[in-house]
Amino acid sequence: MSLTGIFLILFLVEHLIGNLLLLKSDGGAAFNEFAHFMKHNPLIMVGEVVLFLGFIFHIIDGIMLVRSNNNARPVKYAVQNKSKVTSWTSKLMGPFGIILLIFLIIHLYDFFRYKYFAPVANMEGTDISDLAQLVYIKFTDPLYVAFYVISMLVVGFHIHHGFQSAFQTLGLNHKKYTPFIKALGFCFSVVITVGMSLIPLIIYYKHITLH
Amino acid sequence: MNLTLKIWRQKNAQDKGKMESFNVSDVSPDMSFLEMLDVLNEQLTRKGIDPIHFDHDCREGICGMCSMVINGRPHGPKDLITTCQLHMRSFKEGDVISIEPWRAGAFPVIKDLVVDRTSFDRIIQAGGYVNVNTGGIPDANAIPIAKKIADEAMDAAACIGCGACVAACKNASAMLFVSAKVSQLALLPQGQVERQTRVEKMVAQMDKEGFGACTNTGACEAECPKGISLTNIARLNREFFSAKLTSDNI
Amino acid sequence: MSTVLNSKVPAGPLADKWSKHKFDLKVVNPSNKRKYDIIVVGTGLAGASAAASFGELGYNVKAFCFQDSPRRAHSIAAQGGINAAKNYQNDGDSIFRLFYDTVKGGDYRSREANVYRLAQVSVDIIDQCVAQGVPFARDYGGLLANRSFGGAQVSRTFYARGQTGQQLLLGAYSAISRQIANGKVKMYNRSEMLDVVLVDGKARGIITRNLITGEIESHSAHAVVLATGGYGNVFFLSTNAMGSNVTAAWRAHKKGAFFANPCFTQIHPTCIPVSGDHQSKLTLMSESLRNDGRVWVPKKGIKGLTAKDSVKIAEADRDYYLERRYPSFGNLVPRDVASRNAKNVCDEGRGVGATGLAVFLDFADAIKRDGRDTIEAKYGNLFDMYQQITGDNPYEMPMMIYPAVHYTMGGLWVDYNLMTTVPGLYATGECNFSDHGANRLGASALMQGLADGYFVIPYTIGDYLATLGHEKVETTHEAFVQAEKEVRDRINTLMNINGEKTVDDFHKELGKIMWEYCGMSRSEEGLKKAKGMVQELKTEFWKNVKVVGGTDELNMSLEKANRVADFLELGELMIDDAMVRAESCGGHFREESQTPEGEALRIDDKFSFVSAWEFAGDNSPENLHKEDLVFENVKLTQRSYK
Repeated sequence: MSLTGIFLILFLVEHLIGNLLLLKSDGGAAFNEFAHFMKHNPLIMVGEVVLFLGFIFHIIDGIMLVRSNNNARPVKYAVQNKSKVTSWTSKLMGPFGIILLIFLIIHLYDFFRYKYFAPVANMEGTDISDLAQLVYIKFTDPLYVAFYVISMLVVGFHIHHGFQSAFQTLGLNHKKYTPFIKALGFCFSVVITVGMSLIPLIIYYKHITLH
Repeated sequence: MNLTLKIWRQKNAQDKGKMESFNVSDVSPDMSFLEMLDVLNEQLTRKGIDPIHFDHDCREGICGMCSMVINGRPHGPKDLITTCQLHMRSFKEGDVISIEPWRAGAFPVIKDLVVDRTSFDRIIQAGGYVNVNTGGIPDANAIPIAKKIADEAMDAAACIGCGACVAACKNASAMLFVSAKVSQLALLPQGQVERQTRVEKMVAQMDKEGFGACTNTGACEAECPKGISLTNIARLNREFFSAKLTSDNI
Repeated sequence: MSTVLNSKVPAGPLADKWSKHKFDLKVVNPSNKRKYDIIVVGTGLAGASAAASFGELGYNVKAFCFQDSPRRAHSIAAQGGINAAKNYQNDGDSIFRLFYDTVKGGDYRSREANVYRLAQVSVDIIDQCVAQGVPFARDYGGLLANRSFGGAQVSRTFYARGQTGQQLLLGAYSAISRQIANGKVKMYNRSEMLDVVLVDGKARGIITRNLITGEIESHSAHAVVLATGGYGNVFFLSTNAMGSNVTAAWRAHKKGAFFANPCFTQIHPTCIPVSGDHQSKLTLMSESLRNDGRVWVPKKGIKGLTAKDSVKIAEADRDYYLERRYPSFGNLVPRDVASRNAKNVCDEGRGVGATGLAVFLDFADAIKRDGRDTIEAKYGNLFDMYQQITGDNPYEMPMMIYPAVHYTMGGLWVDYNLMTTVPGLYATGECNFSDHGANRLGASALMQGLADGYFVIPYTIGDYLATLGHEKVETTHEAFVQAEKEVRDRINTLMNINGEKTVDDFHKELGKIMWEYCGMSRSEEGLKKAKGMVQELKTEFWKNVKVVGGTDELNMSLEKANRVADFLELGELMIDDAMVRAESCGGHFREESQTPEGEALRIDDKFSFVSAWEFAGDNSPENLHKEDLVFENVKLTQRSYK
């Protein structure tokens, strides 16, 4: 869980940077260029397979973990543990994961649909897919925006625990560094949630102010 | 004060068991929690009802025998104490208190609040020791041990093996218990010789017993009556990975 | 010397006895050891260490404990430390000094040769425990730290914070766990020994009850070792664990093992007082508190004086009675003196607290002198523990303390080989009487338990086994069948009485009688009265006790009933023994034997003996045998703390 988790966290950094290109007021040209590069660079293509495997392992591992952990306590408590000391995010990693899996399926479904749009020419004149257009259209739907933003909140919660938990699982716990890792994890989860959520919100805001 | 107790009653391992309500009156705030149950048990016995069975022995917080989940928390509402050290002044008139046994597949209920914790013994038997026979040992001062290391080993060794960590963990994981012993022996020079095989064997036995996996919620540390730290779990993970990477065992 | 008792102390100079004896002992050939089975009952320090060592030697061991795991035995609760004559501190300690201190501390009522051996092997214990990974306290240089404990003049006490007993027990537990994994020790948790089985006069097995299923089981072996601890719970309230009991030792006694010095109990002066009838056990506060705390009661008794109100009492109206009576030792007088004086002031009606059975231990002056931080650094955890239990804050008001039963020096009589008067039946640790005389020094109980288990009995048991031959006795043997039947009959009798009073009712009543008349202070008149009371109580018990639940399930009221029935019989023997010992010595004070100043008066010419009692059938008086104590290496002196 920890290794795939850290790998996915690194992927999120790349994803956020790419997404932020959408905010550039160039009708999505930069973003499309980036998407095109990502799609056709052979190294990235290999990376995509690895990323896919990363997701698959993380998901399967997670499902197995939740299942075996549920089996470890066949009879549940009548009164739930009221310990206030532990963070609530840590206890909901499984449910968060399920929400994110649903999000991921919808997200990928949309992503792979982009071929239905007419290609646009990039700076060099080659025709590339107009992925940005898809995004702009999608984010005019308030329900979709809400779904996206909520999912990003869940991503934040998931990372909030997952980030520092990954270090703990790898045995990296130290009086000096652990508080820093925890703070970094918190900041990171905030940056990802805020950064990722800002994009649909701004696009949607622009859309409603335009019309 | 007068209290209502909701207590898990289960005749034996095969019985399904259920929560039952009892009223106790004239509870003094100076009583310990277990003494309050003694009073209830005396009342039940006089009525010819089988008293509530619960594990307890030293009643001073060190033997690790007492094991009750009180209002959803192992060893009750106060931190860093065992059930037997909990006193009734922590409760107030009219309180409804739920009392349940440790719940884990690896800790099957024997009767009422009594559970079978021999899985812990088997984990220790798998390797929680140094292989030395009695006698023929060099002088105790032959190997100096830095005070800091000895203190850290003592912090881990303070574990009383009560199982509150398992009871508290949403996954019923025994990682804190196992890590306390692994840490103690990994820190001390005496434990170095078998450092790798020890952690592999103990973790394998832990998994075999059916404890859940650690998801780092920290509930174990929060409920541990002896304040055993999560850093021990990190050390266990470190020890485990390094053993797995370098050992011959496939 | 009694004609019956042979202590088998080897001849020769004190320092050479043990090494000479070890050479003289017969040994079992390594390949023959696997043909012998040994039963060890109890898995505290003495039991677990013995079982592990037997397993390492190659014997087949069956170990039994009534707790859910061998790690829970009450040795775990010992806080202070373990003595050893290592002389690491270069302060003049030696084996002889530890021996001398132990004999003197025991008020010259222990066997010289045994105590000397204890001091000799004490040094090996520390080596052994360190090798097991016991995290003893260390100095900054990485070497082992020591402290002075219980008024000793040298620093010879090794410790692991306030959890020395726990760490040593976990060391022994790890050793026995290793043998369980190796298949050399078979562990029976939640099993209680209910009888010992004799074949041809030799101990050849035990009868146990599986506490979960209620099954009565027979176990056969070539020798039986009892390491079942002390009997302090005869007083109901003590610092012992709730489950600590005398049953195994008592059943052995009834099968022929003599019981030595049963009246020797140790009363610890600094325990948290009883708060009411609901009290189930007493909690010990470390004796170190008396280093800074001042003990006092009001000069004139004030009924129900609370700690909170006590701060208003003027200095002139307080009686710091220990400082007044013992100007040179003050609050640091030995345990028995401190205990007795607390009882005296309470008897005078000057006791404090709701029950009037408590005295103050006041830190106000120490806090004023050294500052709160210093006191907190020294006693912080103890103060927290006190507040946890009583709800009073000792930084703002005095603590209340009262003596409580802590340890029993008496136990099964054993010879130098730790064998009881029944061949093949051994007793180790607190279960035997051997090393502490009439009073035990602080930090010596752990030492004795481990000495017996690791370094004495593994040698001495071989001597017996080598002569026994390795033929096994089947559990179908008539003696087993008979013993099983007796155990079952007794359980059925208990279950069928169906009276009015609970087991705890009887136990509490017995405890009150014992504490009142056979506790810290005894008199002939009181003892006579007590004997009658205990006899009556015993008769009533067998007519009027109520045990609920079934026999073939976990039944804690049945377990208790079985134990209390034995405590009732033991109580009577303790009273008989106290009656015979018409001297004040060690932990106990005999009112007829005191100096003109009211201090304890030991009478060496009449009472330098071990009383060993032989069971003579139910309801008939036991036979007293005396083992004379001969002191060749120490000079007997009368203690004085003025």
